[in-house]
Amino acid sequence: MKTSNPVNTLVRQGPDKKQLNWVPTVLIGLSIGYISIIIYIPAINVFYQAFHKGIDPFLANLTNPDFLSAVRITLLLALITVPINTVFGLCAAWSIARHKFPGRTLLLSIIDLPLSISPVVAGLMIMLLYGRQGWFGGWLQDRGIDVVFAFPGMALATAFVSMPFVVREVIPVLEEAGVDQEEAARTLGASDWQIFWRVTLPNIRWGLMYGILLTNARAMGEFGAVSVVSGNVANTTQSLPLFVEEAYKQYNTEAAFSAAVLLALLAAVTLILKEILESKTRIKDKS
Amino acid sequence: MSNIISATVIKPKPAWRQWFDRLRHLSWTWRIMWFYLSAMLFLPLGAMFAKAGSGGWAKFWEVASSPLALSTYDVTFTTSLIATLINGLFGTAIAWVMVRYDFPGKRIIDASIDLPFALPTSVAGLTLATVYSDNGWIGSLFAPFGIKIAFTRLGVGIAMLFISLPFIVRTVQPVLIELERDIEEAAWCLGASDWQTFRQVILPPLLPSILTGMALGFSRAVGEYGSTVIIASNTPFKDLIAPVLIFQRLEQYDYAGATTIGVVLLGISLILLLGINILQAWGQRYED
Repeated sequence: MKTSNPVNTLVRQGPDKKQLNWVPTVLIGLSIGYISIIIYIPAINVFYQAFHKGIDPFLANLTNPDFLSAVRITLLLALITVPINTVFGLCAAWSIARHKFPGRTLLLSIIDLPLSISPVVAGLMIMLLYGRQGWFGGWLQDRGIDVVFAFPGMALATAFVSMPFVVREVIPVLEEAGVDQEEAARTLGASDWQIFWRVTLPNIRWGLMYGILLTNARAMGEFGAVSVVSGNVANTTQSLPLFVEEAYKQYNTEAAFSAAVLLALLAAVTLILKEILESKTRIKDKS
Repeated sequence: MSNIISATVIKPKPAWRQWFDRLRHLSWTWRIMWFYLSAMLFLPLGAMFAKAGSGGWAKFWEVASSPLALSTYDVTFTTSLIATLINGLFGTAIAWVMVRYDFPGKRIIDASIDLPFALPTSVAGLTLATVYSDNGWIGSLFAPFGIKIAFTRLGVGIAMLFISLPFIVRTVQPVLIELERDIEEAAWCLGASDWQTFRQVILPPLLPSILTGMALGFSRAVGEYGSTVIIASNTPFKDLIAPVLIFQRLEQYDYAGATTIGVVLLGISLILLLGINILQAWGQRYED
């Protein structure tokens, strides 16, 4: 039998062995090299810059009052916007996944809009609504309520940019879970609330947590939109990402990198949790 | 005649009435969704279009096509396009490597591709500006040849590469996983070379997802503000991008000017979104 017969080689070696050996090596090398110069080296640099003079300057920067207030504002922003967007996300995902109606795809695209709108434009829109010359500006001013250049504006901007994540992640799991169990619960006399808490929520919990995780990461890390509406006054309206930029502009690179380390750790934790949640949903797929 | 009879028998409610009834019986999940969307999305969009229209078309056009505005579009779109093309190439290669090959540390590398999603943009800008500056780790390698990266258009491009990379990888990856290897093996059995197999068997079903990913990345790069504002010197006509111009206009309390450029950017985002939807529909032609 001729060994050059392709079918025989296929059986004996499989197609991968026959392929040129250097192709995978070159492609892997190129990919890792590219990721390194675009992602890894900059990421390592954050930690190097923060710690290359030892841990003491880093710790000293962490007790800076401006920094502490920025941390507090960032946490507060997430604390307010994440629950609001979660409730909205659940309602919207439920409405869209459980109903077929004309314009469904259009509605999904509309909900995704905040992801494609430039953060600066998002901030601009909030200025045009609540700013001094904005639609509600006069009304708010008469009552002495500051929205723009104050915390409420930052919260609005943050809520805007982190709006779509829960919806996007919950719709697929909701569709996959199907309606059978919910209908069974309903025939057995469960109320809407009972169905939600006992049947739907356990089914969608990993997808929901995934959505919340992404919402939180965006809420804590948003820079552009918040920067437009904040006015960036230290100690009152500076979130952590704004603190990073401000410190850098003031040539206080060390403080900038100390804060950046915290945000980079947040990103790392987000990625790790993301990986865990993804494996949870994957296991569910297989069973 | 028969038409009239059937109409009197069935007596359908008028369309507006059906609509009204449906509106009244909307469940509270619908109401919350529409209320939130109206307050958070439609109202702000309305405010922006109203503001843009308030000055009249001539005024709008004058600001939107001023030399400075045109130069910021040029910097924003040309740089984004080049960054997207580079990422289209490398992103596809990375997706391929992640799906088809096994090597140590693959899981960690795969997970880390999402870092640009998770890392706040100001941190990205800060560290990219440091690494690619003249005395930074990578910038210092180029400085002897007179190539400045940070604080030039090149730097803006690097920031755009950083933030748009995951979009391409994450759009191509699932399609590549679904791709059946049988067809490749069949092509190979029929005597196709590696290159022919790639061009004629692998690329056609992959192309819509590559283009979708590139469009998503481009859309993100065009709107990006945080990382680009830090790595750029923001010099007009050199490396000033459109989002930064909006920001500067706002700082000067020129709301009308900021809105005009904002509407241009928004319009382009909407067109891109439409294009992405069409691309996705095109990509699903292989589903059945």
